[in-house]
Amino acid sequence: MLERGNRTFHRKKITISFFLCAAMLFLLFVRLVYLMVARADYYSAKAVELHERERSIKAARGRIIDCNGNVIADNKTVCTISVIYNQIEDPEKVIEVLCRELSLSEEYVRSRVEKYSSIERIKSNVDKETGDRIREYDLAGVKVDEDYKRYYPYGSLASKVLGFTGSDNQGIIGLEVIYEEYLEGEKGTILTVTDAKGIEVEEAGESRIEPVNGRDLHISMDMNIQSYATQLAVQAMETKQAKSVSIIVMDPRNGEILAMVNVPEFDLNNPYELTDEVLAGSVSANGELSAEEKQDLLNAMWRNGCINDTYEPGSTFKTITAAAGLESGVVTPQSTFSCPGFVIVEDRKIRCHKIGGHGAQDFVHATMNSCNPVFVTVGLRMGAETYYRYFEQFGLLQKTGVDLPGEAGTIMHKVEDIGEVELATISFGQSFQITPIQLLTTFSSIINGGRRVTPHFGVEITDTDGNLIEKLEYPVTQGIVSAETSATMREILEKVVSEGGGKNAYIEGVRIGGKTATSQTLPRGSGKYIASFVGFAPADDPQVIAIAIINHPQGVYYGGQIAAPIIRQLFENILPYLGIMDYNDYGVLETP
Amino acid sequence: MAKRRKRQAQSEYFFDYSLLFIVLFLLGFGLVMLYSTSSYEAAQNYGSSTFYLEKQLKATILGLVGMMVVANIPYHFWEKFYLLGYVISVILLLLIIPFGHESGGAKRWFRIGGLSIQPSEIAKLCMILFLAVMICKMGKSIRSAKGFMALMVMPLPIVLMVWKITSNLSSAIIIMGIALLMVFVASPDYKKFIILGAAGIAGAALIVFIIVNLANADGLNYRGERVLAWLNPEAYISDTGYQTLQALYAIGSGGIWGKGLGQSMQKLGFIPEAQNDMIFSIICEELGLFGAVAIIMMFLMLIWRLMVIANNAPDLFGALLVVGVMGHMAIQVILNIAVVTNTIPNTGISLPFISYGGTAVLFQLAEIGLVLNVAKRIQLKEV
Repeated sequence: MLERGNRTFHRKKITISFFLCAAMLFLLFVRLVYLMVARADYYSAKAVELHERERSIKAARGRIIDCNGNVIADNKTVCTISVIYNQIEDPEKVIEVLCRELSLSEEYVRSRVEKYSSIERIKSNVDKETGDRIREYDLAGVKVDEDYKRYYPYGSLASKVLGFTGSDNQGIIGLEVIYEEYLEGEKGTILTVTDAKGIEVEEAGESRIEPVNGRDLHISMDMNIQSYATQLAVQAMETKQAKSVSIIVMDPRNGEILAMVNVPEFDLNNPYELTDEVLAGSVSANGELSAEEKQDLLNAMWRNGCINDTYEPGSTFKTITAAAGLESGVVTPQSTFSCPGFVIVEDRKIRCHKIGGHGAQDFVHATMNSCNPVFVTVGLRMGAETYYRYFEQFGLLQKTGVDLPGEAGTIMHKVEDIGEVELATISFGQSFQITPIQLLTTFSSIINGGRRVTPHFGVEITDTDGNLIEKLEYPVTQGIVSAETSATMREILEKVVSEGGGKNAYIEGVRIGGKTATSQTLPRGSGKYIASFVGFAPADDPQVIAIAIINHPQGVYYGGQIAAPIIRQLFENILPYLGIMDYNDYGVLETP
Repeated sequence: MAKRRKRQAQSEYFFDYSLLFIVLFLLGFGLVMLYSTSSYEAAQNYGSSTFYLEKQLKATILGLVGMMVVANIPYHFWEKFYLLGYVISVILLLLIIPFGHESGGAKRWFRIGGLSIQPSEIAKLCMILFLAVMICKMGKSIRSAKGFMALMVMPLPIVLMVWKITSNLSSAIIIMGIALLMVFVASPDYKKFIILGAAGIAGAALIVFIIVNLANADGLNYRGERVLAWLNPEAYISDTGYQTLQALYAIGSGGIWGKGLGQSMQKLGFIPEAQNDMIFSIICEELGLFGAVAIIMMFLMLIWRLMVIANNAPDLFGALLVVGVMGHMAIQVILNIAVVTNTIPNTGISLPFISYGGTAVLFQLAEIGLVLNVAKRIQLKEV
């Protein structure tokens, strides 16, 4: 029925259809040539970008080393234990071993081991011995990765100075932040080829860029002095039930800081654990802390009071007023004054700490007595503009440039706002605020012959083998005060210790200079005080200068009574250690 | 007279070994590429690298057996089933609504004892048979406008059902394309086909133009978005353009000589289910432009063989059957490569004999069996 002929036009049309198809296939061929020849490089590059994954290799962070070569910030090898689901052969054994070695609950380990994922982390920060033991079981599918973790062998010593590092080994506070660029090193990378899920393709091989370890930082801190100063500070804090105690020990000749203590310190190996002191001070110590509250408390705990906080220096600042007075010529050591126990400035009556007054005295004795009316008089003689000029010349308006983060600036009146009353209070160290490091630095420049040094810890950078990479240099400003003024100040300050208000810092056989201070914290009348003392030795050629600050002591709060003994005890121990004082000589020297 | 003719046909028995060889080559090559493409994902998802290969191998063997059976049944035997085939197609497509198995967001399959059957593949074969019979029956009335319209309308119910019920626009296009080609061959006229072709191209251009201008307005359906992704796949990398772009990465990184068999990176999960519609991109990546052109040449030879057989078929019915198969193969190959190379918007079309898919290979081989039987009836002396 259907056997009708296959006609010519049918054949023609079939042939046309074929050539139409062939033409279309040819067009597709052209398209392919375009894609696979002209665009090949573009798409290949895109594809490679898609397939390659970078896995970084951590670089060992540089160490921090004190002036005696003790390593104070080191790296500890820790292990991360993970399981790879696809490679596990004996899950029960794996669970059993990991539970035992890592002291984890079976439930937890089982859930991780049996979870279907490419890689599951069981525990990180496992110490190396445990990691090695697990590795020795040679369990298929268990991976032990080594990693570096920052480790501080001295625990809490100098915690607020050294700082610590975060999860990526980056510095969080302290020297770890400031010297990040030297310490961090360069991460290495492993380039691997992965499939769409990120699983490595084994056959593809890998290319590796080795990491470069961080540089070692050598600092001027002496852990022996730091350790002893910390003991003294803790002792003082406990006996005086003080809020905090700070001690800085520095070489006034070059600004190298030998110790910087801020008790209470915190444990550098557990920097996120709030110390009892911090918790005791918080309002909601009993209840749970919100994340924000906890962060605030941590920030308070990490705060370096010597650098980050300002205070009214009080009488120690009379040293600066005295130096300015001598420089400007408004006073000489021989100038005589009379103290009736107060001084009237405009409509205010400013009292001397000695109610009955010091009577007639020369400038040296006025300093030894720390007599307020005399220093008010000296300040007023200079006038606001001159005083302010010296304030500026001494560098008090700039930061010291210490190599620690977050140095606070000076809080000072504007020159046009300084009236007589303000000038009078500034003269004995009130109504403005500076940091302890600022006071110590300025003090140094007055007694070291007039050179303002930059306080610092960093001395040099070396590679891991100790080869010098860079010697760190710091600016020094000359001519802060004249050499004569400096010498005069040394003499006067030595008298303060040997015969005046600083006699509690006196050590037989060594010439010590210094100045005490007791200041009431704002608001006045709160009954809270800051007692401090700045001392240096030897008085004729200062090689070491130290400041002790006791915040909110209970009971006796005079700097001369409680801060000066700290410096005495400190000097008694460290001066022989530093070779500044020799106990064997002292008998001979003192024998008349 | 009739007696002599019969004896002649038997004595000078023609079997198109060239066609058989081409098909076997494509099948063998397809299995190799299928294994290369699917082994990684199969090992990951099913724990056996030969998971897809085994399934495809079973379907292929079954298909080859089916092909040999069909090749030995005189093709006029099928003549009487033309209406039944049409009805079965309709029923199967309707049955998808309650019983269809959903996979990848579309209901296209039946699952019968572990076997998936795709009714749209059956519908393609049935449509070829149906139209071949209808055209022969209509005879000269096909030349009238009425006859032409009737032939254009007849496949429409199936086409619409495939499109709407199984949401498979590609198969609908293929069926319509097969129908058009068969009518084109059967009718001596050119004019209306040229007009139709021009109108089709203009229509497509208009749709693209409208979609592009609507691009800012929301509410484009996913086909609209596919058109935008076609024009600029890198802007749609996170969704619609992802597969296309991944295929382009594969093709482009193949270069002239390819990365070597088994060396594809894109098959490692970057092109999802690469063994299906996108297998050609992996062929390009592994075997390069050289391998891709070789495959295109093989398909061209297949179509050429089909053309030769159609031209020499003993009657119009046989010729139309072969033309239908030829249309089916040609349209799928062209559209597949066009999609993979982002020459047209992305729509799922598999590559005959090579892409993974049991039903498809089974019915494609049945079609080849049919063609082989038509070829058998060619009287050599008349060639």
